[in-house]
Amino acid sequence: MLAKTQPDDIALQLQRLEPLIGHTPVYPITRAYDTGNVQILAKLEWMQLGGSVKARPAFNIVKQAMNNGSLDGRRRILDASSGNTAIAYASIGAALGIGVSVCLPENASEERKILLRSLGAEIIPSSRFGTTDEAQELAATLHAKYPERYFYADQYGNAANWQAHYHTTAVEIFDRTGLALTHFVAGLGTTGTFVGTGRRLKELNPEIRLVALQPDTALHGLEGWKHLETARVPGIFDATLADHTDFIDSAEAYRVMRRVAEREGLLISPSAAANLAGAVRLAETLEEGVIVTVFPDNADKYGEVLEAVFS
Amino acid sequence: MANIIIPTPLRKFTNNLPTLESDGETVIEVISDLSGAFPELKPHLFDDQCDIRKFIRIFVGDEDIKALDNEATPVDENSVVSIVPAIAGGAR
Repeated sequence: MLAKTQPDDIALQLQRLEPLIGHTPVYPITRAYDTGNVQILAKLEWMQLGGSVKARPAFNIVKQAMNNGSLDGRRRILDASSGNTAIAYASIGAALGIGVSVCLPENASEERKILLRSLGAEIIPSSRFGTTDEAQELAATLHAKYPERYFYADQYGNAANWQAHYHTTAVEIFDRTGLALTHFVAGLGTTGTFVGTGRRLKELNPEIRLVALQPDTALHGLEGWKHLETARVPGIFDATLADHTDFIDSAEAYRVMRRVAEREGLLISPSAAANLAGAVRLAETLEEGVIVTVFPDNADKYGEVLEAVFS
Repeated sequence: MANIIIPTPLRKFTNNLPTLESDGETVIEVISDLSGAFPELKPHLFDDQCDIRKFIRIFVGDEDIKALDNEATPVDENSVVSIVPAIAGGAR
């Protein structure tokens, strides 16, 4: 018989999970691309709970909500997600004995849905025409209708998202590179990684240049990324932060996936490959420097993409 | 006339219209018709080789055109052509 989870148990279990969040390795990209005197370092963010960078914001959102009382033993965690944050919530929720409900566009891949169901999450489908923008509207509507049932985590508007990266990702990067770091490159989705990491790195060294990446078209193959011209701009986005914005073609990212698999032995996701494409493009404009980017997840959840890239 | 369902991200370019109609008799004619009527849509629908972008899924009714006759799939006045963003390789 399953024991009913008590608030004290939840707090203890949260402490037990904390070592599984962050502390990811930094891997130098040396064989896939020759970038001369410019070093490219990739933070392998899939090496944490739930298998993606989203462990950081999801954990911080849940932790802050528990600390301020907005998430108690009665409410379920509710949010919109295209997949990775949902999986992170589901992992954390399962470990804490807290229910998780996710508004997910109905055209998300079966792999994602199977993972979420396996972790006990409830999937609330949103329109296949509406991306995560409409999933957000659905989550907000559900929360407004049933405030006693749900804690609306709101990863797109919750400061705990970017603060997770401010307090962990940026510090880990700077501990590794110190003042040698010249550039940080990251794609924009919820924008939490770019805003939180970039903001802290700029504070640590104002000379660091921040390069934001976006997909080059409204309909693209870069999971989790947003084409801000045609998407709902996340509430946590800070448009003043980037020194430069570049745009990545999904087909280019797929080519990078293949090259990194063949020459580095890493099967990375489309968004990780797009980050590397942006970093390589930047490296070509520099004589020397140290560029850090993030690989948000690996290719484990992208069976259909792998089939398309490697067939 | 076939009905076309426009995904939310592209409605910015169609005066926020969620559905449109086209006289096209095949999927490629319908999509070309659409980008002709709203030229700002073209770079989001077609790549540099003027092929429909790979990361767009197009359905006629409930069928992915990949399972039909791709861009040459015929449509008529009863057809509903849906343009769907691809998410992590997901289709439906």
